[in-house]
Amino acid sequence: MTARIYVPRDSAAVSVGADEVAEAVAQVARQRRLELQIVRNGSRGMFWLEPLVEVATPAGRVAYGPVTAGDVPGLFDAGFVEGAAHPLRLGPTEDIPYLKNQERLTFARVGITDPLSLADYEQHGGWRGLRAAIAMQDRDIVEQVTASGLRGRGGAAFPAGIKWRTVLGAAADQKYVVCNADEGDSGTFSDRMIMEGDPFVLIEGMAIAAIAVGATLGYIYVRSEYPDAEHTLRAAIAAARQAGFLGPSVLGSGKAFELDVRRGAGAYICGEETAMLDSLEGKRGMVRPKPPLPAIAGLFGKPTVINNVITLASVPIILDRGARFYADYGMGRSRGTLPFQLAGNIKHGGLVEKAFGITLRELIHDFGGGTATGRPVRTAQVGGPLGQYLPVAKFDTPLDYEAFAAAGGMVGHGGVVVFDDTVDMAQMARYAMEFCAIESCGKCTPCRIGSVRGVEVIDKLRHGERRAQNLVLLRDLCDTMTNASLCAMGGLTPGPVISALDHFPEDFGLPPVSPPAASKASR
Amino acid sequence: MYSVKEFDGGTPLRVSEQLVTLEIDGAPVTVPAGSSVMRAAAEAGVRVPKLCATDTLEAFGSCRLCLVEIEGRRGYPASCTTPVEPGMKVRTQSGKLAQLRRGSMELYISDHPLDCLTCPANGNCELQEMAGAVGLREVRYGTQGKNHLALAKDESNPYFTFDPSKCIACSRCVRACEEVQGTFALTLDGRGFDTQIAAGAGNFLESECVSCGACVQACPTATLMEKSITDKGQPDHTVVTTCAYCGVGCSFRAEMKGSEVVRMVPNKDGQANHGHSCIKGRFAWGYASHPDRITKPMIRASIDDPWREVSWDEAIQYAASEIRRIQAKYGRGSVGAITSSRCSNEETYLVQKLVRAGFGNNNVDTCARVCHSPTGYGLKTTLGESAGTQNFDSVDHADVVVVIGANPTDAHPVFASRMKRRLREGAKLIVFDPRAIDLARTAHVEATHLLQLRPGTNVALINSFTHTIVTEGLHKEDYIRARCEHDAYDKWKAFICDPRNSPEAMEEATGVPAAKVRAAARIYASAPNAAIYYGLGVTEHSQGTTMVIAIANLAMVTGNIGRPGVGVNPLRGQNNVQGSCDMGSFPHEFPGYRHVSDPAVRALFSTHWGVPLEPEPGLRIPNMFDAAVDGSFRALYVQGEDIAQSDPNTEHVTRALRSMECIIVQDLFINETAKFAHVFFPGSSFLEKDGTFTNAERRISRVRKVMPPLAGLADWEVTVALSNALGYPMHYDHPSRIMDEIAKLTPTFTGVTYDKIDRLGSIQWPCNDKAPEGTPVMHVDEFVRGKGRFVLTEYMPTDERTSRKYPLLLTTGRILSQYNVGAQTRRTQNVVWHSEDRLDLHPHDAENRGIVDGDWVAVRSRAGETVLRARLTERMQPGVVYTTFHHPESGANVVTTENSDWATNCPEYKVTAVQLVKVAGPSEWQRQFGDFTAQQADLLPKST
Repeated sequence: MTARIYVPRDSAAVSVGADEVAEAVAQVARQRRLELQIVRNGSRGMFWLEPLVEVATPAGRVAYGPVTAGDVPGLFDAGFVEGAAHPLRLGPTEDIPYLKNQERLTFARVGITDPLSLADYEQHGGWRGLRAAIAMQDRDIVEQVTASGLRGRGGAAFPAGIKWRTVLGAAADQKYVVCNADEGDSGTFSDRMIMEGDPFVLIEGMAIAAIAVGATLGYIYVRSEYPDAEHTLRAAIAAARQAGFLGPSVLGSGKAFELDVRRGAGAYICGEETAMLDSLEGKRGMVRPKPPLPAIAGLFGKPTVINNVITLASVPIILDRGARFYADYGMGRSRGTLPFQLAGNIKHGGLVEKAFGITLRELIHDFGGGTATGRPVRTAQVGGPLGQYLPVAKFDTPLDYEAFAAAGGMVGHGGVVVFDDTVDMAQMARYAMEFCAIESCGKCTPCRIGSVRGVEVIDKLRHGERRAQNLVLLRDLCDTMTNASLCAMGGLTPGPVISALDHFPEDFGLPPVSPPAASKASR
Repeated sequence: MYSVKEFDGGTPLRVSEQLVTLEIDGAPVTVPAGSSVMRAAAEAGVRVPKLCATDTLEAFGSCRLCLVEIEGRRGYPASCTTPVEPGMKVRTQSGKLAQLRRGSMELYISDHPLDCLTCPANGNCELQEMAGAVGLREVRYGTQGKNHLALAKDESNPYFTFDPSKCIACSRCVRACEEVQGTFALTLDGRGFDTQIAAGAGNFLESECVSCGACVQACPTATLMEKSITDKGQPDHTVVTTCAYCGVGCSFRAEMKGSEVVRMVPNKDGQANHGHSCIKGRFAWGYASHPDRITKPMIRASIDDPWREVSWDEAIQYAASEIRRIQAKYGRGSVGAITSSRCSNEETYLVQKLVRAGFGNNNVDTCARVCHSPTGYGLKTTLGESAGTQNFDSVDHADVVVVIGANPTDAHPVFASRMKRRLREGAKLIVFDPRAIDLARTAHVEATHLLQLRPGTNVALINSFTHTIVTEGLHKEDYIRARCEHDAYDKWKAFICDPRNSPEAMEEATGVPAAKVRAAARIYASAPNAAIYYGLGVTEHSQGTTMVIAIANLAMVTGNIGRPGVGVNPLRGQNNVQGSCDMGSFPHEFPGYRHVSDPAVRALFSTHWGVPLEPEPGLRIPNMFDAAVDGSFRALYVQGEDIAQSDPNTEHVTRALRSMECIIVQDLFINETAKFAHVFFPGSSFLEKDGTFTNAERRISRVRKVMPPLAGLADWEVTVALSNALGYPMHYDHPSRIMDEIAKLTPTFTGVTYDKIDRLGSIQWPCNDKAPEGTPVMHVDEFVRGKGRFVLTEYMPTDERTSRKYPLLLTTGRILSQYNVGAQTRRTQNVVWHSEDRLDLHPHDAENRGIVDGDWVAVRSRAGETVLRARLTERMQPGVVYTTFHHPESGANVVTTENSDWATNCPEYKVTAVQLVKVAGPSEWQRQFGDFTAQQADLLPKST
């Protein structure tokens, strides 16, 4: 039997030398006349171990990492092809606690399969959701998704089934399914990992959505900074079409669904769904007022399902295993799992898919292993650049949309960026305004001018200029931005600013909140 | 900015049979479904603060001043983008709303120069007004922050400035350019705080901007500002009047300071233009006060004598005595007059009355002779009325639009914008034109079929188009059987179905592939509503009338007449072409298109006018020229037409003019014809008199006097005085009295009065007992003539053919910035865009002749030769060349021939066989023209 070696193709792995490692493996195998099959799989999501090389053994896959090209001859010498011992040997992959303790539904195949192998996909449970959907009435598909409790994973957490029901009920000569893959939040990468590591699951999810609502055309709007994801998607779409999973009659159902990829315009705001529609239409990406909802008048004015990558990629398993199966995970009104992304100053950065309800403390400490610098954690920003900075005192709040909101936070897209005790929170508040100033589309006044004035006022505060008056002004400005902005960009920018100010006033030259520094750091 | 104190509902008016009742600030309001909360509030008299919203544009939602509270809803939705719902309870004022509005306003003003007192918008600035409305009292951000205050002004456009330091990035200008004008010249550049308005790559003048003024009007601040307002300040009053340029007949508000115009702004209530304008009406009115205006009457015995300024009395007495002397010597028929399509209905009516009752003959004709006379004849013959069938609003219901021989984006820009809007909504476009006109491919509009035919083959093309429809069974037999004459139809059907009229048979003549003709014909025939719009590319041919008839046949055979969205729509060239024809300007017709040989009609006029009337039609313009050269026609009164420049075969026209003993010219300027005149009556511009114009949709609109006539008398008063001096008394104390007489004598006008026009805004004739408020769409249940009549339209090639000596075909037309002979527009800054007429030719034709762009080229025809500079463009097809005729020294009509329409003598301007030769300088004619112009200039009184 030919030995099989797995070297990830995921760009996180490639960025730390996975291509060179794969090349080295191939080269050494040639030199030693060994028959080897190298599979370029997706990433397992343990970034501190990348490049993570796996070998298939009769007892299952065994992991080695992080591997450099220079380590490869030594690995061969040690007999890693048979799973032998080596200082880099991590043991059976599935037994690594970081992976073992996850609940991988959406990411079930990522890192395991060859992302572009239709056979691999099928073998690992692929297309079962689509086949089930084809056998169902459109409204029953929508009801399954509704009953699963699946909510928009892009951040807004709107129930996917209700959105689909609106599109299904809208009469039109053309409907669309658009996948928002403009993953622009700092510290997030789950969309990219799906697109690079298991593109067929996204294609399958979109095909199900299309059949459910009566759409015949779909687009994936991919962030321009994700060239590998774009290439992988294009190749996967071509293969799926060739095999009849897309095209004029999906799996012979008589229902057409064509899918194409559009490269994003390189602006954060194009991840806002209505700005994305403008951009898809070839226009400058500017936020549209709602109503009309895109579900009624979306792309080119037609009813359009817009969902994030993770939302759509979670659909096949719901249709395959049933709404109940999925809804059994999670808590409260947050059902199923969320792929959290650990980033920033963290020892074990990567992807952790867990049911809703896990706490930040568990994520950062149990999975993440604390900070990379080894210093105490001071705060984490959850939910992207517009998410709040949470003090350690709030780290036990369960990650559930409602519970987290009640604690003054935002789950959003599940990004967690960790900071140690050297962080200057006034600078982070300024950064939030600056980010908004750079990324604002410029349409509405509170965001367009407010963000620039926000930077200026924070600078004045930091320099101790008319502190009392500028503090009032900053809060007034944040109130205007929160309540008067056209979209979430301007509306949520005050989140990180006000949370920094409320929880860490001492960084703005104000008296600290009580109880003082005792809870400043944890563990 | 908009005209002062115009109502602004914030978002567009919605039309819906479904009404929605909601509560705004405690009071119930009922509005059509689809209306915004802002609009509902405005209808209820509640003004919600706003900056980015205006009712000519779709809501945008950027300024965030119009936030409201809605019971049961989270947050503060923008009232402009929130549609009304039944039972909604809206609060437009609260402490929180006030705070948010002030918050946004404070941000605006933190990036705005505080120079209100010296700003040209002072007194009519929405930003200033809103700062007041929201109660902004301080700007706490200081003056050291990032701002746009140092950005440079763009003053490149002659009529308006763009000052980015005052811009609030509301995008109203960009949206106006897109939604209202449809040019898409403006865009937002940069993002976030760096968002700026940009006109293409460079400045406004070099951009795609067509200077329609929509952006300037939409701007709520002084960012886009008319230079005239900057120079003169805000107006003190406004007068609603009608534009005196093209046949669209836009309603304008003349904004005045005393008796000086400071700005012309399109009237939002205008029923032809709905608040839109083009560069000519909006900006090119400066000619009215140009120093070239002649303001004193002048006379001279010979055209070699210097002009002598005299009193009105003397000039009128002299003119009258000359007419009487000439009639005494050469007979009653030796004199005549030409009415003007630029003058009012009342003035035109008086001139034809003067001729018929005062001169005692029917020698009256009008400049419509050289443009739309075939329209009158062709539509009267087939449908029964000499006018277009629709109103402009009708295009909003069209599914297919066919444009034949018209260039609306240049010649009828305001209607073109309307049409483009409909095309952007998805209506299909078919164009018949030798040139690839702009409309055929422009921003978000592309013709489904551009049938680029050889000039002179219109009838061949339309016959093959109609042949396709009838032979493929796509015609509406039921409609035809119910509404048209059967015998004529059967005969016509046999004719049109004959294989000689098939696209395949006609392909050689037209140059248009048969498959393309068939495809286009199927689209036209299968549309629920298909409308035809045409221009002088139809009429100015030897078969002009045949083509008009063929268009009417096509519309009838497909059932496309008698409801909104369809019809046969001539786009009239000048402001009052329709009116001058209606008013009896043709030698064979009394007002209302009634033949002079009809004894009953003659008796009516004879009784009313108190004189016997001549039963024989008089001379048409070309007959007058021929008779002048023969010696039998000796005196001519020309009101507001420049026949020496506009009529074909200039050399023949000037020979005729030189042959006459008394030429009386009434005009604003010493035009080309006036150089041959003996009496000059200074004319009055449209700003200086009362009256009415009738546009291409038969819409009668008021022209209102905003200032006294520069020469003391309005044109109609001069005609009255001349008539009185001739011994035929006329007494009118106001033009409304003239309209009363017209109404009394004309069945289609019996319901028209100035009071009713004031009340309704405008009236589309017929207006009578059957249609007391006018007729937007004609031929609804039956044709005016009863049954529609199909007439055979055999294609006859024109005599004007290419040969080895003259291998190319010249066609002529006009351009956006200039208007006809250019007497008005050449005396404005519009010359910035078009300072000379150029000869357009295809690069192949240029290459064969060694011509490169910008070369001087002699254009030689069988009639004459002139020299123009070449412009190479693929807009032309090989073998066809094109020029405009706005500058007299270009001599476009030196080249055109005397060929004309078989029925109406409308000249065949659109087809002249020519050869091109590269030359070094002007033609012999141009040298003579220059000398004559210099000589005539010396003969003018030095004081003027």
